[in-house]
Amino acid sequence: MADAVLFEFLHTEMVAELWAQGPDPGPGVSAGPRRVGGGSEGRDEKGRKMNLSVLEGMGFRVGQALGERLPQETLAFREELDVLRFLCRDLWVAVFQKQMDGQRTHHQGTYVLQDSSFPLLVPMASGLQYLEEAPKFLAFTCGLLRGTLSTLGIESSVTASTAALPTCKFQVVIQQP
Amino acid sequence: MAVCVAVIAKENYPLYIRSTPTENELKFHYMVHTSLDVVDEKVSAMGKALVDQRELYLGLLYPTEDYKVYGYVTNSKVKFVMVVDSSNTALRDNEIRSMFRKLHNSYTDVMCNPFYNPGDRIQSRAFDTMVTSMMIQVC
Repeated sequence: MADAVLFEFLHTEMVAELWAQGPDPGPGVSAGPRRVGGGSEGRDEKGRKMNLSVLEGMGFRVGQALGERLPQETLAFREELDVLRFLCRDLWVAVFQKQMDGQRTHHQGTYVLQDSSFPLLVPMASGLQYLEEAPKFLAFTCGLLRGTLSTLGIESSVTASTAALPTCKFQVVIQQP
Repeated sequence: MAVCVAVIAKENYPLYIRSTPTENELKFHYMVHTSLDVVDEKVSAMGKALVDQRELYLGLLYPTEDYKVYGYVTNSKVKFVMVVDSSNTALRDNEIRSMFRKLHNSYTDVMCNPFYNPGDRIQSRAFDTMVTSMMIQVC
């Protein structure tokens, strides 16, 4: 069984690499577009936003592959709720070795998945410190959820929010066709 | 043992289709195309029946005078269709099931390949080798 901490380290490095401040310092291989060094403040802002979507894109591709491999032995899903339940249980257990705590349906097509101690945020802080840094650590997981849902036939958009570390909520909005 | 193997994406276009080259390939393409309707029928029938067990293996889709067509749907709505020679009566159900399981495993491997873009035609040589091993040996 792979140690859970290996993925946490890899994820931390991914976020650090794709969030390089200012001109690109070193030989790191970045999957996203390279920013021109010494840009203006505006370009720096846009650069950061681009990198969040790069992280999300990485998570999306991983989610697509996971969405194919994980449900391989399970029976066919009958409805949306089955798929969401699969996300909260099997997917979370496979990636983070624990189940997600809460799942709520607000209204048609919107689900809120809550994790009260999200493993990627636990080593950072407990409380309100580093709250503004949290979103970039959630981008990959948002993509992961979106990718898995897309393989299982559900187009959606996933956003994450934290009120206090390490609790976080993932809001899944299902696009109606 | 199989005469034709096809992998169809959830939008119903082929990701991979291969048949024994000695036969008329177009005929097999048509057969696979018509079998898609039967697959959709079976899947929606399963959805309406309040049965707890929902299998991925669909079984015999329809028999023709020369061939039998079997189907399998994954959770990601990717369909595998296999055409088997009718004269080969020795093929049992669980052999077909194991062939579909091998197909599913290989397809999952293709999905996890970072050089594969989901939705493209499957060009993996490993997948080709696996399908060759399943297809009929025409000497």
